[in-house]
Amino acid sequence: MSSIAQKKGFGATIWDFMTTVDHKKIAILYLISGGFFFLVGGVEAMLIRIQLAKAGNDFLSAGLYNEIITMHGTTMIFLASMPILLAFMNAIMPLQIGARDVAFPFLNSLGFWLFFFGGIFLNLSWFMGGAPDAGWTNYASLALASEGHGIDFYTLGLTISGFGTLIAGINFLVTIINMRAPGMTYMRMPLFTWTTFVASALILLAFPPLTVGLFFMIFDRLFGANFFAVDMGGNTIIWEHLFWIFGHPEVYILILPAFGIFSEIFAIFSRKRLFGYTALVFATILIGFYGFMVWAHHMFTVGLGPTANAVFALATMIIAVPTGIKIFNWLLTIWGGNISFTVPMIYAVAFIPSFVAGGVTGVMQAIAPLDYQLHDSYFIVAHFHYVIVGGVVLAILAGTHLYWPKMFGTMLSEKLGKWTFWFFFIGFHLTFFIQHFLGLMGMPRRVYTFGADQGWDLFNAISSAGAVLMAIGVIIMLVNVVMTTIKNERVGNDPWGDGRTLEWAIPSPPPFYNFAQTPLVRGLDTYWIEKMEGNKKGMIFAEPLGDIHMPNGSIIPFVMSLGMFIASFGALYFLDGDKPWALAVLVIGMLILFGSMLLRSLKDDLGFHITKAELLEDAKGGKTDGH
Amino acid sequence: MMKGIKKWRLFALMTTLLVFLAGCGREEISTLIPAGEVAQDQFNLLILSSIVMLFVIIVVSIIFVLAIVKFRRSKMGEDMIPEQVEGSARLEFLWTAVPIVLLLVLAVPTVYSTFDLADVSTMDVQAEDGTSTHLTVNVTAALYWWEFEYPEQGIVTAQELVVPTDERVYFNLISADIKHSFWIPSVGGKLDVNPENVNTFYLSFDQQSSELEDGVFYGKCAELCGPSHALMDFKVKSVDREEFDQWVTAMQEEEPAAAEGDLAQQGEELFGADGLACISCHATSGAGGTGGVGPNLATFGDRNRVAGYLEHNEENLKNWIQDPQEYKPGNLMPDAASLNDGEELSDQELDALAAYLMGLSVEE
Repeated sequence: MSSIAQKKGFGATIWDFMTTVDHKKIAILYLISGGFFFLVGGVEAMLIRIQLAKAGNDFLSAGLYNEIITMHGTTMIFLASMPILLAFMNAIMPLQIGARDVAFPFLNSLGFWLFFFGGIFLNLSWFMGGAPDAGWTNYASLALASEGHGIDFYTLGLTISGFGTLIAGINFLVTIINMRAPGMTYMRMPLFTWTTFVASALILLAFPPLTVGLFFMIFDRLFGANFFAVDMGGNTIIWEHLFWIFGHPEVYILILPAFGIFSEIFAIFSRKRLFGYTALVFATILIGFYGFMVWAHHMFTVGLGPTANAVFALATMIIAVPTGIKIFNWLLTIWGGNISFTVPMIYAVAFIPSFVAGGVTGVMQAIAPLDYQLHDSYFIVAHFHYVIVGGVVLAILAGTHLYWPKMFGTMLSEKLGKWTFWFFFIGFHLTFFIQHFLGLMGMPRRVYTFGADQGWDLFNAISSAGAVLMAIGVIIMLVNVVMTTIKNERVGNDPWGDGRTLEWAIPSPPPFYNFAQTPLVRGLDTYWIEKMEGNKKGMIFAEPLGDIHMPNGSIIPFVMSLGMFIASFGALYFLDGDKPWALAVLVIGMLILFGSMLLRSLKDDLGFHITKAELLEDAKGGKTDGH
Repeated sequence: MMKGIKKWRLFALMTTLLVFLAGCGREEISTLIPAGEVAQDQFNLLILSSIVMLFVIIVVSIIFVLAIVKFRRSKMGEDMIPEQVEGSARLEFLWTAVPIVLLLVLAVPTVYSTFDLADVSTMDVQAEDGTSTHLTVNVTAALYWWEFEYPEQGIVTAQELVVPTDERVYFNLISADIKHSFWIPSVGGKLDVNPENVNTFYLSFDQQSSELEDGVFYGKCAELCGPSHALMDFKVKSVDREEFDQWVTAMQEEEPAAAEGDLAQQGEELFGADGLACISCHATSGAGGTGGVGPNLATFGDRNRVAGYLEHNEENLKNWIQDPQEYKPGNLMPDAASLNDGEELSDQELDALAAYLMGLSVEE
């Protein structure tokens, strides 16, 4: 997106992004593809709300409806929310710790392309015989009974994109442990970096159980294994455990980076240091830790027995404590501050009541006997949309506005941003608040229709009307992005004026090597400290200007992921029996995968150096191209 | 003027009341109008937790509103730099300790109630004559219908559960195929119906269903189980013990009363082994065994719905027989033509079947 990229012409730009290992460009890739899948998931959501707008509607058939709810959930969690958060982690976290890139730039690219091809594979199911239809939770007995290849697209697609996410998580962990600038101790790290760190640890520990579950499912469906086949001695509850041992931490993988973004916003736009930074850090770690001990609260009605239910109920309630600590520390951060209601800040401010509403219904559902009524009703639908939309999606919208200048060098329109906010925020509450009552009135979730005799008509109609407002908000956002890109008014290092952390001390967008000289960090909110002391450069340096070693770009991650993508089609159709080409496709895909791995292992790629002279030239205003 | 205000007030009051009542839903299905001990316990927990949570919301809201009103930039001045406060150990302690106390208030009844609602130890208590003192119903869920067996009484019915009021009824739940979930919202929370194990719990019905507008409580499948998950409804009739005993006795009579009238007799023949052989899947005697391929129809004429959700009339019944897939996609019942060597049933044959089925009754 730099001026040089534009001069290169369209084809060269595409090639540049396909081969890039630069964390900032990979962030843009994550943002664009995550944004695309967000729109796809949004269209699916609208179809759901149209179908449920009135009793006995026949807009969608029963089978198609189940495919749409499954893909809506799967897309929004795996292909929209996570990648967009990974975009911000990629774009911002290395800058916040004063690093020139992530620890493993090649793996960073590989992680993206695996996610991307996994997501494309999953969505191709729409055009290749039908999408998965067993819900995003894909409970085993229904999944095994599902006809067609929909479930196979789900298992294989999520396996591929899951590898990508796992790689990204490991990469961020190593980056934060190893690549911090001198003086950037753990307790001086910005909160967004902290939440990235904890979320990455959760990815590392939570994705393997999912992968195991998916492997069991793949083996059951494609190769006739019997892990979940009850009549052969299998057990379907095992899937539920594996899924939720992953699934609950997954919720925190999403919400913790959202907390991180809001923490940055509260501090910046209140012009005030985060209140209780230490408490916020420990609350983050505690939430991550407890996140692994509460999965069975998704299974209170499975029949695990009163002891298990009571233990998991109490464990779940405990999570409310660190979450409460965070809420109060944020409130005290803005208390006594100097609040500027920019678009990121109004999202952050709106997040507090929205998330508190989602949090309290969470505690209500932790009360196991009460959950027997609430579970799998519209109450839970309302609850998790309050935490995911009211928490994660608001953070994504806020983060997009906050970090857009840092990623693209130009500001999104504040005016249009506020329009988006009001449509989205009012629409969100209108859609989901009323669903609490639908649940209490006995409406189960995942129903494709309901009778006029159940007393749910009015509230469903209201809910659908709210969804329309949300859609309008998102459309205005798209207009905003297009108009901003066309106008392309360039901004300086610190466009919000009150930046506190290192990313605001360097140009927007930063040069491809981020920091010509590695900064020396003297405390929390480094850039703020330097600003307050009148340091015009915004930072002090830990090293003299010298040559910088940078990695070369590579097409291999793309080709490797493509190989897995192709092989998956072979695996999918292999056991149909009537498709002899499937085996060939499987083999060709695997050859591409292993061939490119071999090439990567045998070929020495030592990277290149930017010389001191080039850096000096760059500082004067010329631009150095990273190839 | 005063009169206008009074009217307006009354109007406002009525509107609020209407919204409130609409917000409670229908008494046949709403958890907010509990009609049993279990649902009442759960409703009480809902109220208790709502009060505690309302307290939290009020505290947060007060601080929140004050903060965003008091400390806006327009009030503080464009260039004002606030004091960079690090934090406060005292406050951190306060907002750690208070939530813990609040959670304890919730934790105690949670643990008590969790064990209480799972207590089925009295289920097998026997009276001196060897009969159980409590009613037990074995529930089998199948795609997309429900079978209810009363083992002690030796009777089976489907789609419409009949239970006595004012006593605990124990349920054993098992699935015949994939996972479902058994839920009667106004009587008590749900329990999953797993394919691999029997889940046991109890409910009690404190209100006779005849007092309800529709005459039955609504039961639901609460776990996604395929295309017709939304239509996997059942109905519950709660009657007093005396009426229940009469119903059981009627069900226990070995053979159903012979069909009355020519039309119904023709229907019976069509239904039988020499006709369309409906009977090979659907038993018509309540005293029959369990594990039917299709729902037992011994009480069909007494039911509240056709196929669990369609209005109970001959028109719907005939439509259903002709094309079950149209009404419950994915269900396992063959359409009538495929049982009739590919030929559609004539109107007269459909009328006969409907007359016969509507005549299957054990009540009165």
